[in-house]
Amino acid sequence: MAPLTGIAASNGIAIAKAYKLAIPDLSFEKTKVDHPDQEIERLTSALAISSSELEKIKKHARASLGDEHAEIFSAHLLVLSDPELIDPIKDKIQNEKVNAEFALDETAQMFIQMFESMDNEYMRERAADIKDVTKRVMAHLLGVTFPNPALIDEEVIVIAEDLTPSDTAQLNKQFVQGFTTNIGGRTSHSAIMARSLEIPAVVGTKNVTEQVNKGDVIIVDGIHGEVIINPTEDEIKFYQQKQEEFEQQKNEWAKLKDEPSVTKDGTHVELVANIGTPEDVSGVLNNGGEGVGLYRTEFLYMGKNELPTEDEQFEAYKSVLEQMKDKPVVVRTLDIGGDKELTYLELPKEMNPFLGYRAIRLCLERDDIFRTQLRALLRASTYGNLKIMFPMIATLDEFRQAKAILLEEKDNLVQAGTAVSDDIEIGIMVEIPSTAVIARQFAKEVDFFSIGTNDLIQYTLAADRMNERVSYLYQPYHPAILNLVHNVIEAAHAEGKWAGMCGEMAGDSIAIPILLGLGLDEFSMSATSILPARTQIKHLSKEELASYKDQLLSMNTADEVEAFIREKTNQ
Amino acid sequence: MAVERTVTITDETGVHARPATVLVNKAGSFSSDMNLEYNGKSINLKSIMGVMSLGIPQGAEIKIVADGSDEQEALDAIVDVIKSEGLGE
Repeated sequence: MAPLTGIAASNGIAIAKAYKLAIPDLSFEKTKVDHPDQEIERLTSALAISSSELEKIKKHARASLGDEHAEIFSAHLLVLSDPELIDPIKDKIQNEKVNAEFALDETAQMFIQMFESMDNEYMRERAADIKDVTKRVMAHLLGVTFPNPALIDEEVIVIAEDLTPSDTAQLNKQFVQGFTTNIGGRTSHSAIMARSLEIPAVVGTKNVTEQVNKGDVIIVDGIHGEVIINPTEDEIKFYQQKQEEFEQQKNEWAKLKDEPSVTKDGTHVELVANIGTPEDVSGVLNNGGEGVGLYRTEFLYMGKNELPTEDEQFEAYKSVLEQMKDKPVVVRTLDIGGDKELTYLELPKEMNPFLGYRAIRLCLERDDIFRTQLRALLRASTYGNLKIMFPMIATLDEFRQAKAILLEEKDNLVQAGTAVSDDIEIGIMVEIPSTAVIARQFAKEVDFFSIGTNDLIQYTLAADRMNERVSYLYQPYHPAILNLVHNVIEAAHAEGKWAGMCGEMAGDSIAIPILLGLGLDEFSMSATSILPARTQIKHLSKEELASYKDQLLSMNTADEVEAFIREKTNQ
Repeated sequence: MAVERTVTITDETGVHARPATVLVNKAGSFSSDMNLEYNGKSINLKSIMGVMSLGIPQGAEIKIVADGSDEQEALDAIVDVIKSEGLGE
């Protein structure tokens, strides 16, 4: 059978049994029972098993994600023991002499409909909680397996339509060797998580869930983006060999862990990491990161029902800063909107969310949310080397307003006697072409730039990066992108500032030589890309690459750029 | 002889998931029957779905009623939770 192809989302090779993360068939027949007491006993035992599973999941979530993420499971546990739900089910079994499945379904449906019909989105979401919980109980009544990624206790490869943040959070790296999904791309949430968990992954296979059956052995080749189902013995041998080579390569890379990132002609650049949570910091340090170039703070706000408090945020920021010691940590203020929704903010649906009310636009209007975050950051600033970055800046006015709010909060804290660091650099993400074009004007006022290429590319080529039909327009090496990047770097250097990059492009082996030649100072990437990048940079000459600059900037197409770099760097 | 107390919710998000969970857990630790009255409706305070179904907003006046052998202790404990969770008074 030909391998399935998808997008190589996270490096490495995994060989293991498939574990399908899919809801099993929960259909049942309504039957009359002669012994209602036995049905009630079946129900009680299904409830008990479900509770003990949820307790385990909660414990796991607490350990891997913190108390906040574990809260949802506390609520689920309460639903399982809710007298208003359980008593009517038991009564129904007793009075109508029906099977437990039917009584559970009828009663739960009544509550689900009640919550779904409420005019408050938050309440409607509670219906999903009840559905989740009753599915688990139903599965136990029917004796079918309900997927619990947190409870996996043998080596497997997880297969799913897509993985949500809470799914990935439950994955235990000790047992989950890799995963593969039907949908997603290199920058989708599941792909980013796979790289931070450092497990091989292939996403966007379109139909891997249909192709694989329970118990099949599969191979995930996260280097080439291939999935092999029920491989032959020869194939297994071949991939085991590859796996070993990859491990050896990793060991080679690891030798550079404590080395600086220096080109062969002596230019030092900074290789730093993108992170989403304080738990990611160990990965940064293990991979020799020289700092954090992008701390995405959205995860503090996602997967919950209310805004995080100032103290919760403070603890997270402090933890990252302390773990990183004196190394720089660039924190991006809240970038919500676009593809990242927060249901509890009840924002109206938009026609063009990527061009809409998001990130700094939202923060400047909802300055209550913004100020809370800034206060938490300022309070944490004395615990390390903090730099603050505003996302989605389109105009100088936005930057000035955001900076003014930051300084105001700083003054308030200082006056109240709270210690705040005095040398916090304040910079911006450059992801909107208007800002890249007038970077010279921005450079006089900001302390640094960090180019966010994922968005800069989609805005410059006007191609939605979530839309597969226009994915051919997602061209990092397009001369227009190179010219914008060059403009930003030149502008920064003219004012004695630094310029970094925190999109996927910064860790790409074709882009790295280009960016070195253009003079980029800081490269922020997935932690696992740092050592391969450092290895590559060691063999490159900055002077040579800089001499290609004018030629590259005047090329006609992305293909021309790529072919040129491949030839010059033997790739 | 039941005991009761009325409190005003001051939390700007009202009684949301987390505090509701704490309230229901606390109520469940007492043997007394406990009810929460709001907006003309009375629900079982030991029921998470009951509490959530009320959608109690900021500014709401809610009445807690406890009835049973440990009613006073139960009522005090619930009012304490409401205060310590910053929900209201």
